[in-house]
Formats: sequence, C-alpha cells, structure tokens
Amino acid sequence: MGYPEYQVIIGLEIHAELATESKVFCSCPTTFGAAPNTQVCPICLALPGALPVLNEKAVELAVKAGLALGCEIPPFSRFDRKHYFYPDLPKAFQTSQLDHPLCRSGIVEFRVDDQTYQVRINRVHLEEEAGKSVHSGERLQGSHYSLMDLNRGGLPLIEIVTEPDLRSGEQAKAFLERLRTILRYIEVSDCKMQEGSLRCDANVNLSINDNGKNVRTSIVEIKNLNSFRAVERAINYEAQRQYEDYLDGNMSLNAGKITAGWSDAEGRTYVQRQKEQADDYFYFPDPDLVPIEISAEQVESWRSQLPELPAEREARFVTQYGLSAYDAGVLTAAKGIADFYETVVENFDGDPKIVANWVMGEVLRMLKDAGDEAEQALAEAPLKPHMLAELLQLLQSGAINGNQAKEVFAEMWTSGKDAAVVVKERGFEQISDTAAIAELVNAVIAANPKVIADIQGGKTSAMGFLVGQVMKKTAGKANPKLVNQLIREQLNIT
Amino acid sequence: MLNMTALALAKAIRAKKLSVTEAVAEYIKQIEQTNPHLNTFLTVSKDTALARAQTIQAQIAAGEITSPLAGVPIALKDNISTLGIRTTCAAKMLENYVPVYNATVVDRLEQAGMIVIGKLNMDEFAMGGSSETGAYGTVRNPWDTERVAGGSSGGSAAAVAAGEVPLALGSDTGGSIRQPCAFCGVTGIKPTYGAVSRYGLVAYASSLDQVGSIGRTIDDCAAVLSLIAGPDDNDSTCVISKTFTFDTPLLERLAGFRIGLPRNYFAGGINADVAQAVLAAAKELAAAGAQVEEFDMPLMDYMVPAYYIIACAEASSNLSRYDGLKYGYRSPAAETLAEVYRLSRSEGFGLEVKRRIMLGSFVLSSGYYDAYYKKALQTRTLIKQAYDRLFERFDMILSPVAPTTAYKLGENVDDPLKMYMGDIYTVSVNLAGLPAVALPCGFDRQNLPIGFQLIGAAFSESKLVSAARTYQHRTSFHLQQPGGAWV
Repeated sequence: MGYPEYQVIIGLEIHAELATESKVFCSCPTTFGAAPNTQVCPICLALPGALPVLNEKAVELAVKAGLALGCEIPPFSRFDRKHYFYPDLPKAFQTSQLDHPLCRSGIVEFRVDDQTYQVRINRVHLEEEAGKSVHSGERLQGSHYSLMDLNRGGLPLIEIVTEPDLRSGEQAKAFLERLRTILRYIEVSDCKMQEGSLRCDANVNLSINDNGKNVRTSIVEIKNLNSFRAVERAINYEAQRQYEDYLDGNMSLNAGKITAGWSDAEGRTYVQRQKEQADDYFYFPDPDLVPIEISAEQVESWRSQLPELPAEREARFVTQYGLSAYDAGVLTAAKGIADFYETVVENFDGDPKIVANWVMGEVLRMLKDAGDEAEQALAEAPLKPHMLAELLQLLQSGAINGNQAKEVFAEMWTSGKDAAVVVKERGFEQISDTAAIAELVNAVIAANPKVIADIQGGKTSAMGFLVGQVMKKTAGKANPKLVNQLIREQLNIT
Repeated sequence: MLNMTALALAKAIRAKKLSVTEAVAEYIKQIEQTNPHLNTFLTVSKDTALARAQTIQAQIAAGEITSPLAGVPIALKDNISTLGIRTTCAAKMLENYVPVYNATVVDRLEQAGMIVIGKLNMDEFAMGGSSETGAYGTVRNPWDTERVAGGSSGGSAAAVAAGEVPLALGSDTGGSIRQPCAFCGVTGIKPTYGAVSRYGLVAYASSLDQVGSIGRTIDDCAAVLSLIAGPDDNDSTCVISKTFTFDTPLLERLAGFRIGLPRNYFAGGINADVAQAVLAAAKELAAAGAQVEEFDMPLMDYMVPAYYIIACAEASSNLSRYDGLKYGYRSPAAETLAEVYRLSRSEGFGLEVKRRIMLGSFVLSSGYYDAYYKKALQTRTLIKQAYDRLFERFDMILSPVAPTTAYKLGENVDDPLKMYMGDIYTVSVNLAGLPAVALPCGFDRQNLPIGFQLIGAAFSESKLVSAARTYQHRTSFHLQQPGGAWV
C-alpha cells in the first residue's frame, strides 16, 4: 500500500505600497525613512473631526495595476470600513474595500523552467497602510512598551488576491517575481520587500486522494512573508507538515482558517490560532468617502498610458534581437535593465547577442549585491549604456581583446571614463596598422630562416614562435589576429 | 445691547456706536452671571476672545473686514474642533483634549471677523435629545431651569435664548439643532447635507451630521450660514459648489408658495398645545398668501427605527478611535493593552454613548447586517424617494419639531425609547439630507416655547429663509425672552 497522492493548493494575498507622493486620504508625504511621527496630520492621526479625502493618484495607480494584471475595472467602486483595535490603527478601522473593489477577475502568466502557468486574480483593491510598531520585546504581548510610528499609517496599499491556482512553493515564488516585475514596469510600486512595500500572505492546504476519497486539509494562512525565498520555503515546509500530520492523523480537516507565522531562522511555520469562526470586522460602507465612479474612457486612457509589459517585451526581444527565451526573460525581468540593454543595442553596430552576453554577464555581476535596488544602482552607475556600446565596438574592431575589455569595463563602471580613455591609459591600444606590423613581420621572417624552412616543410606549429617574436617587439600591443594573417600571407600559407 | 440681533450689533459696531471689545466684554459678563444657573458653557475663552476683539476692531476700522457679522461674538457647540481651545464633546473621554486644528467652519467664521467666545454644553458626543447625557452636567432651559433645554445642541439654544451670546453653532444629526431651538424659543437652520463642511465636526453619524446656526432671528441664522456654507477640499461630502446669499428683499406675500402639512403628524402622541400652535403657524403662512395643503406623510413608523440603526452603526465606528492610547481618557487601572481598551472605553464613555455603540455594533455584526443595517438603508432610500415626490407637489413641508415642549429634568433620561420617539418629526429630514428651519410659534399653557419647522428640498435654503423671514415679520414669538431667577 503506497502513500496517498496529494496536491498542494495555494492562494496568495499580496500587499503592495503604491508609489504616490502623498498618502491615500491626506496630503502627508510618503518618503521612506523620515524621523518617526513627522509625516502625520490630523487625518492620519485620527484626531476627532478629521475627514479623509481620496488621493486620485492612488486610484489611478491601483487601476493601472489591475489593468496590467488583466483585470476588469467595474464602473462603480467604494470604500468600506474594516474595524479592529490595534495601536497601529489610530481610527480603529482600516479604510478598505469589501464588496466593490476597484479591479476584478484578472489573469497572470508566469514560467517555471520551460513550463508556462496561469494564475487567476480574484481582485485588486485599494486600502490604507497601518502604522509601524516597534516593540521592546519580540512582539506586543510581553513587551514592556511599544512605540508607534504613524508615518507609514495611511500610505496607499493595493491588496492583490489570487485564486488558489498555485501548486508549489516554486510556482508561488515565480509568480511573485513576475508580479513584482509587472508592478515595477508600470511604476505603480517599487515592491521593496526589505522596506515592506511588498508583503505576502500565503494560504496553503492539501487535496489528498486517500483510497479514492478526496480529503482536504484545513487552510493555513501564513502571514507576513517578507522575501520570495521565504514564500517558497514556508509553503513547501507547510505542505510537507500538513501531509505528515495528515498521515499521523493529526491534521484538522475542512475547519476554519488557521493562522500561522513563519520563522526564517528555524525554517518552520508556527500555528498561531485556529479561528472558531471568521473574524467579525463590522464592515460597512464608509460614509465619509463618496463612491468612486470610473468611466470607460478614463479606463482606456489609463490603459493607453501603460508601457510595454514584461511578457510582451520578452517576446519582442526574442524576435527582434534573436535572443533565446531564457536570455530575453533575464533581460526583461527589470524594466531598467531591459531599457539599458536596448539603449546599448541601439548604439552598437553589431550582433545584439553580444550585448546580451555582456549585460547578463558583466553588468548583472556588478548589480548582484544591489538586490531590490538593482535598477536604481544601474541608473546611478557612472557607466552609461552608450559607453558600453563604445567599449563593445572597440572589442569588435579588434582594438582590444576580450580580457582587456572586461578590465576596461570594470574601470568604466566605477570611474565613468570613456572606453577609449581607459584603453589609452592602460596602454591596451593594439597596433592594427598593417604597414607597421608588416615591416616587423618581414624583419622576423628575415631573422629566422630555419624556422621558416620548418614551416614550409609542413611544421606549421612553428608559426606561433614567429607570432610571439612580433608580439615581443611590440610589447604585446600588436593585434595578434593581424600578425597571424600577415605571416601567413608572407609565407603563402592558407 | 444683549437684546440686539447679531446683524444689528454688527451694524452698531460698523457705525462705531459700540466697540468690538465692549460687545465681547458685555457678553462675557452675562455668561459669567448666568452660566452657573444654566450650565450652557463648558469653556469660556475670555482672554483669547478679548485679545481678538482688539485685532478685529482694528481690521474693521482699516476696512480689511467687511462681512456683515464682523466683530460679533459667537459660541460653538463643543463638538466643533477649535485650535488651542479645549473641545470635549461633553465627554469624560475628551476632558483634556485640546485640538491642534480648527474646523473649516471655525476658520470661515474667523475670516469673517466673528469672535469665538466659548464652547457650549451638549449631550455627550451629540447623542441625546435633552443635553442631560454629557459628563459635565445638564443644560437648563432658560424658560424654566427645572426643565431640559433639549438636545443635543442644548447649550447652543439655551445660550442664545438667555442672551449669553447672539449666535451659536450647533450640529444636527437627527434634530439636534431644531429640537433645542423649539424647546428654548430660538431660531435655527439645519442645512442640506453637504452644504456645510463637516471637517472638524467631531463625528457622531457621518452620513447625517450637519453643522448649522442658531440665533434669535432667521436673518441672523442665515447670515451665519452664508459665511460657513460652500465646498471644502477637506470634506468629500461637501463638494457641491453652492453658496448661499439671503439678501433678497422681505416678501410681504408668499404668493405661489405651496406648503404641505402632514396630517398624520398631528394625530397620536402630539401635545395638544404644540399641535394647536403649529397649525396656527400654518394658518399664519396661509394668511400671508401661501397655499397650504394637507397630505399624509408616508413611512412614519419606520423613520425612528431606520434613523437609530444607521446613526448607531456609524457612531459605533466613529467612536472606536477613542481607545485610550493617543489622546483622551485612559483608565489608570489598565495594565495590558486589552485593559487599556476595555477599561478606558468602559469608564470614559457615558451610558447613552455606550448604549448606541452596542446597538451599532450589533446591527453591523455579521449575521445581523442584512436584517438591520441593510434594511435601514433601504428604508432610508424609500424615505428620500417619498420626499422627492412630495417636493414635486410642495415647495416646503410645515411640521412640528417635537411632540412636546421642554420636559422636566430627568423625566426621560431612563427611558430611551420614549426619548427616541421625541425625534419622530426630525430624523427623516436627516435621513433624506434635507434642509430645515426651526422657528418659535407660540407657548404652551406653562409658558414654554413651541417651535415648528419648514422642510425643503435639497439646497432650497433660500426659499426656506424667505418664508421664515415673512413669518417672523408677521409674528413676535421669536422676540419673547425668558425671565426667571437666573436673569
């Protein structure tokens, strides 16, 4: 008797902070990292009598996110109040959306290895961020004190809810990466997981085929996963745990949602509480905000402002530049990198694949420590795309060799000097003057009659000695290809 | 001077017959004498008011302020946020709360050169109809200090009636301007929902609350309304570009005015003296040329239940911010976070407020939402539609404000249902977001004031004020002043 087969069922709830300049219901700035409680006002402090006013830019960005995720935009949307008491929520309700979200019914494609998958998006809605708590201990319970920074309170957030279409931690991670790429392409969110501007909760359960009987484990919601890697590990851990507990007869089935936390250090989930019934948030439509009505013309106008999305761009890179699907995927994973690549290609007279190799190799190597900041680091790097094109042009002309080009690149990356300048400073400039090299070749041939005789007797391997002699006379600066070619011409070897 | 209307006082100031400082000082003197008897003021901002009086005097002299109420003192219901002046909502919860910002209406009054001289007592968080639920004692009715002033803007109405201030702002969620005006024999306007900014009005029920004016005459009230009305970028529900000017000439005849009289409002629980006085007001307007026609007001049994469900639901949400953490009362006994919430709210709120929070939480809780809150919203829509149809037939509806005159202190305080039924004639106006004016129209056999109201279609304030002005021109009930031991 074998073990029962099972399928992992995963749905994600993703929160992304929108890249607006001011908060969603007041005009406080959204800059990250300001001194605590300096970006607050009567509205986001929930002082008595203060009222929210909707930031229209937040609606625009949320709708653009929905459009990029293939969603429909209903003509009518509204805000609801979601009530719960917590110190980081000064009104004791979060202004969110329940029955009438801004966006519904989307679809996103992503790839794992060579397999393409689809995830349906249930909804994208707009809501406000809570403040940031700093506890003296691990968490609020048991702390001597907790400090509250309300700078973050009231930042605009979108919540993206997927259907339970994912089947593994790897898929969840790949989907999230695709989602982040999309949101960054359309400049709706900077999606920095370290700063918390992108957060993910994962709902995980199993569908088990036990002797022909389908059994479902209770859904476990793993909260506040703050890296893609954590999402993948937590899901895979949790799925395995549920399976083992099921086999041991310890897994609850078809019960209410169970909330769990994830310890990255220990690599395990912790079940926090089993909800007897769904939480009651006393939802009702927010009477302080008027319903949002978005015309079809407005939606189309916003749609027309969307840039080329990553999937389209990837396909174009394959056809236009002759890249492999893998290379196109790597180059289009971040808009800034894809833009950089295309600018180099535009300025380079040669094969776009050469550019692809350099961007994926040398450029991405320089950015590998930048993490979420890679695009910014590239934008701020002293090396600009047209400069890389010039360097590749020098390499292609044979003026420098590959190793030299890499050395020049490294220098250009930090100093921002032009390729030609660095080549000159380092004395890399190859002698490619045919007349000058021909003179040296003739001298070497004249001085080595025995070697010439060997070569003409069929021992062509002795060619290398002659090339070496010429290179020695030029202190290595002669273009080796040219030297070789001229010797062969002189000796009539084909 | 204390007998002058606000507009007359402003005129005297402009004519240099009186200085702003003299006016402010005279009213403050009156407050100091009478407030111990009436408990109308929770805070008297004597020093700031006197200092501002000098500034305003100079600005008037320099021609920098030309508003028709420049230099006139005004007092505000204590649920209107005033920068640097304690704003308590008559709640222990906000005993020491000093706002860091002004409500939009306060900014507008001050820009027009009016002088805030204090903050007025009320029902706690505007929840109540007798100004007895506040944490700082009951407001007493100047006509009989053993009786209530009405509520929740009881302090505002009583202060005007007692001559402590020529004008006051109140707020009206279910009748809270009109009913105390009727009980105290003064005039008030409850504007159309969305006509006046709510920014800085401490919320009770957001979809019903509206700031309005209370004075001795309709002209005084209208003058204030024209200062405070108009769109506000800080209030999403106050965006319609509608400002009011009421400087139309007095209409001797109300020719072409069609007034509806809801027959069924005068049957059942209404006090006979009240019914008689209100019907007499209808006759007076008919005598002035208006066409008065009776009709049956539909949905009367559903108005109070729908109102209390919606108002309590919104209140339970709006008052959840008072959590003992950021400002306001925190229980000294609380040791854990849960205790901070539970004890601070249990000790910091009064009984009526807690009753409404619990009612509101109940009707919003999952499983009951559809049966109560959703039904109440549907009822509200029906009430709005009923009014829409009525305003195809009528320019305005004339109705009683309250079924009784001012009752004895403590008489209804333990009987919430009886108290809530006192709102029968007022709440539908808020549910439909309509404007109404409340005007004195007589006295009962105990010499207690009686009021009536004129209700109009949305943003028909000008028409209501015109009719009210004609009425006050023909009658003198609004000029009567209370007397008593406190005077």
